[in-house]
Amino acid sequence: MAHAHDSSSERPAILDKVRPAELPRPKLILNDRGFHWITDKVCGIVEEPTPLWWKVLFGVALFIASFTGLGLFYLVSTGTGTWGLRSPVGWGWAIVNFVFWVGIGHAGTLISAILCLLRQKWRTSINRAAEAMTIFAVMCAGIFPLFHVGRVWFGWWLFPLPNQNGIWPQFRSPLEWDVFAVSTYFTVSTLFWYMGMVPDLGAIRDRAKTWWRKAFYSVLALGWRGGNRQWSNFEMAYLLLAGLSTPLVLSVHTIVSFDFAVSNVPGWHTTIFPPYFVAGAIFSGFAMVLTLMLPLRAIYRLHDVINQYHIDNMCKIILATGTMVGYAYATEFFIAAYSGNAYEKFAFINRAFGQYYWAYWIMVSCNVITPQLFWFKKVRENHSLVWIICLFVNVGMWFERFVITVTSLANDYLPSSWGYYSPTIVDIFTFFGTFGFFSVLFLLFVRFLPLLPMAEVKMVAPQADPHAH
Amino acid sequence: MNERNERIHGVACTFRKPADVFHAAEKVRDAGWTRWDVHTPFPIHGMDQAMGLERSKVPRLTLLGGVTGFITGCLLTWYMNSFDYPLVVGGKPFWSPIFPFPVMYECTILFAAFGTFFGQFILNRLPRHHHPLFDLPHFARVSDDTFMVVLEASDPKFHLDESRNFLQSLGGQEITVIRD
Repeated sequence: MAHAHDSSSERPAILDKVRPAELPRPKLILNDRGFHWITDKVCGIVEEPTPLWWKVLFGVALFIASFTGLGLFYLVSTGTGTWGLRSPVGWGWAIVNFVFWVGIGHAGTLISAILCLLRQKWRTSINRAAEAMTIFAVMCAGIFPLFHVGRVWFGWWLFPLPNQNGIWPQFRSPLEWDVFAVSTYFTVSTLFWYMGMVPDLGAIRDRAKTWWRKAFYSVLALGWRGGNRQWSNFEMAYLLLAGLSTPLVLSVHTIVSFDFAVSNVPGWHTTIFPPYFVAGAIFSGFAMVLTLMLPLRAIYRLHDVINQYHIDNMCKIILATGTMVGYAYATEFFIAAYSGNAYEKFAFINRAFGQYYWAYWIMVSCNVITPQLFWFKKVRENHSLVWIICLFVNVGMWFERFVITVTSLANDYLPSSWGYYSPTIVDIFTFFGTFGFFSVLFLLFVRFLPLLPMAEVKMVAPQADPHAH
Repeated sequence: MNERNERIHGVACTFRKPADVFHAAEKVRDAGWTRWDVHTPFPIHGMDQAMGLERSKVPRLTLLGGVTGFITGCLLTWYMNSFDYPLVVGGKPFWSPIFPFPVMYECTILFAAFGTFFGQFILNRLPRHHHPLFDLPHFARVSDDTFMVVLEASDPKFHLDESRNFLQSLGGQEITVIRD
């Protein structure tokens, strides 16, 4: 031991004789683009005249979003009976859609916070858009539990505010934990997103030619001057927010899974739920990031800053988390068999071969089988195929939540109370419209805010190193 | 401070490369300046040491926020479920640190994030929409690809001509006087 300790404190002699080869690091910015090119590229997106495709897509997105408006209007004016919810399935599409959208949001926080702590430099070019996706996805998610309360005008009773009945929320309910988790998540994600954007808003302000543009971005940039005394606090705050967001994002989906796991319904009452939900959330979120970023990269020719290395990494994360999700499906089955509990055993056999077998097999084929194609480099380099696989993952993850929610409720302990749940047209309208709502917000973000974090992308450029030769 | 500096905020000069501004900052630090700053389009690695800055104080505000949040979470759940409207649920204690833990946890994170976010802006004296620097025509390029050293007139070492010459000796270009 002593000998080993001595030799480790000195530089090994062999290093003087051989020159260790430099590990080839993949380039984050191709074609040696300079700082000015990055500024021009990102600010150019905001400064150019509104392109035709944007106007068309925005119109389509508004039209689709109106479906949610219609669905909710009909629901509120008529009553929750217009949704397909009836005994024994009291939780239908609303909770499925809620978990689906919250899950999508999680990849944004993973990219902005966890990859920041792990010093993954490739995150820089995609983190802004991914964080925007998080915030808009959480907004879509929030619609469902809010309207699921029935009398939506009493939605504020969920918050610890005094009301004329003199009663308070009951903190023993996991649904109340959810209120705190999701609202904290939304607030912290928004703060993190906005704070990271302030220096870039300053850059757009400094280039602004017209009066209204100057005023708009000046207000948003808060007078940012980029002094190193400011950067020093900014970087510390950024790191701390990343450190706070990491336990936050893990807790949010853990608490979402508690909505199920704390009950005693067969198929829900399992300890695997928190990690399994978090892995699934990251899985679906990365698929959504690629679904959004691949078209944007092509439209705005961002190939130099979002290159094959970035796409490869995201595909590999989808592959890893997809495999974890598949492993969780298998574990659930094993534990159900091993538990010796007849209801648990039935719940899982019923999932795969019962009345909702089709949903189960859509889930397995989309979530477990399709992402395995990402083992192949040829697949990862074929971006149309990557995009299609990501769509499959999005569909599969929606079905996962459907399978978990509906199969367990439709066939629980008492066969006499079994039923079959199907959504109504109001359910379908409301959910379909959220894609429009999400797209409206995302298109506005693309048009008016810096799509890529310029300062962070410049920071990882090789010429940003003050000790470079 | 002498009379002719009265309406002067300081002097500024620009650099084109991170390495140049980095070495210039080291020299300004070694000359003993206290009221000065380096404006850059992105944070330069190691610049805090090159400027001789202390560690940022943001973490203290984060801790303050976190502690406040945790106590708020405890008090909130205790007051509502045990003091103001006690309700027997399954014969369990009215309040324990276990069942509302998710609420306390989220409150801790929320308030710590508030402490960090607002703390950062308070320590940076933002928002401040008017600053003498914004009147410099080439300051707009500092958020793009230019680096700028600013020596402020409030520094005891400041003397207009000497400071100008000092910036010139550092290799700075476009040396300009910033007026208040």
